[in-house]
Amino acid sequence: MNVLIDKFDVFAGGFWLTLQICILAAIGALVLGAIVAVLRISPVPPLRALGTSYVNVFRNMPLTVVMFFAAFGLPALGSNADFLRIPVIDSLFTRLGTDLPYFRFALIALVLYTAAFVCEALRSGVNAVPAGQAEAARSLGLTFGQNLRHVVLPQSWQASVVPLGSVIIAMIKNSALAGFFGVVGDLSATADQLTGAEGYAFVPVAIGISLGYLIMTVPLGALLDRIEKRQAVAR
Amino acid sequence: MDDVTTGEPLIVLDAVNKWFGPLHVLDDVSLSVGRGEVVVVIGPSGSGKSTLCRTINRLEPINSGTITFDGQPLPAEGKPLAKLRSEVGMVFQSFNLFAHKTILENVTLGPIKVRKEKPTAARERGLALLDRVGIANQADKFPAQLSGGQQQRAAIARALAMQPKAMLFDEPTSALDPEMVGEVLDVMTSLASDGMTMVVVTHEMGFARHAANRVIFMADGQLVEDAPPAEFFANPRSERARDFLSKILTH
Repeated sequence: MNVLIDKFDVFAGGFWLTLQICILAAIGALVLGAIVAVLRISPVPPLRALGTSYVNVFRNMPLTVVMFFAAFGLPALGSNADFLRIPVIDSLFTRLGTDLPYFRFALIALVLYTAAFVCEALRSGVNAVPAGQAEAARSLGLTFGQNLRHVVLPQSWQASVVPLGSVIIAMIKNSALAGFFGVVGDLSATADQLTGAEGYAFVPVAIGISLGYLIMTVPLGALLDRIEKRQAVAR
Repeated sequence: MDDVTTGEPLIVLDAVNKWFGPLHVLDDVSLSVGRGEVVVVIGPSGSGKSTLCRTINRLEPINSGTITFDGQPLPAEGKPLAKLRSEVGMVFQSFNLFAHKTILENVTLGPIKVRKEKPTAARERGLALLDRVGIANQADKFPAQLSGGQQQRAAIARALAMQPKAMLFDEPTSALDPEMVGEVLDVMTSLASDGMTMVVVTHEMGFARHAANRVIFMADGQLVEDAPPAEFFANPRSERARDFLSKILTH
């Protein structure tokens, strides 16, 4: 078990990188997922079809395949995803700005994949708001956007937040795939390096890696439990 | 009440048809409602009377025929439709007050967001309307804290806050405990005597008798009878109306 102490800095570095991927991917997935959800419930049929096809594609495709498309498809199209080198943000998250594009590819794949699930979690919240609420808003003359903003979304949030949390927890675990698509030094790649290149025994390393993921996911789960309890009391 | 109708009618339905799948819920319905007129729609459940009411502000789209409001055909969608809806008040069976907003916020949301009124002015008028329906002292409570009758009166105030040209009532008292029906009908009666154009789907025959200018009887999606209330209740022409009245008036 000495590896946990001897190589603590390697584990900590891996944890930090994985945390960065997860924070960025969570923000991206929440934004994109919200946009897709608005498309899916919009009154305009072509927009609705667009949202629905997005969810059908990315919810039903294995994340590994999405990662392959991002890591091999984008370069084949001649893109290094340089559009993600956003000034200021790329100095906070240095990997966004480097010449090696794999961090950005992994991020794109995680965002695209997770957004489909975010969309469905948001939509399940919207569906939990009784139809009469939106009807009353419409009959007052509120537009679709005003209806969402002032009537439906404030009420759907409560029903969405717990499923959304589960989606983000799943995304944190899914981020482990990034290490196998060229991202050097995240938690999962750390395991590979310590056991393969440096010859440490597998089980202690795996325990260290697991702890790293649990530190991110367990508090999030506990937070969701608290929110759920508070909602139950409020009701 | 005397006939107050003058000029061109406010609401005109012409040969309106609507299907829910194979079910013909509105079968060639034509109807016109004059300004200031109170039309009560009655009929057995499933006769299409609620659907009729909901087509007038296009909460239910129709399959064929035309509906005009204030001389204009109903817009299909978008901003023009939202504008039309802001001119037609709607009161629902299940109140549908915004659950996350106080009673006063319910009443002022439309005026502030749709009519772009100043919040202070909207609040002042909202309070006056709540006072008119007798629940000014409930203004800062949430809908769930009010009784059904109070909620429905708040819903009427919310619709009136838009200063609509007409009001639609879709079974406004059907979800209420019996002792609360009266307070809602009182508000509706006072609206009617103030000259509001109203289409009221209801089972309250007392309201139909004393407040309506006309009674419409619907069955199986068709408009079967259209007569002044005294005439309709004393002497229904159709077999189906006689049958319906005999069922509800014997108790």
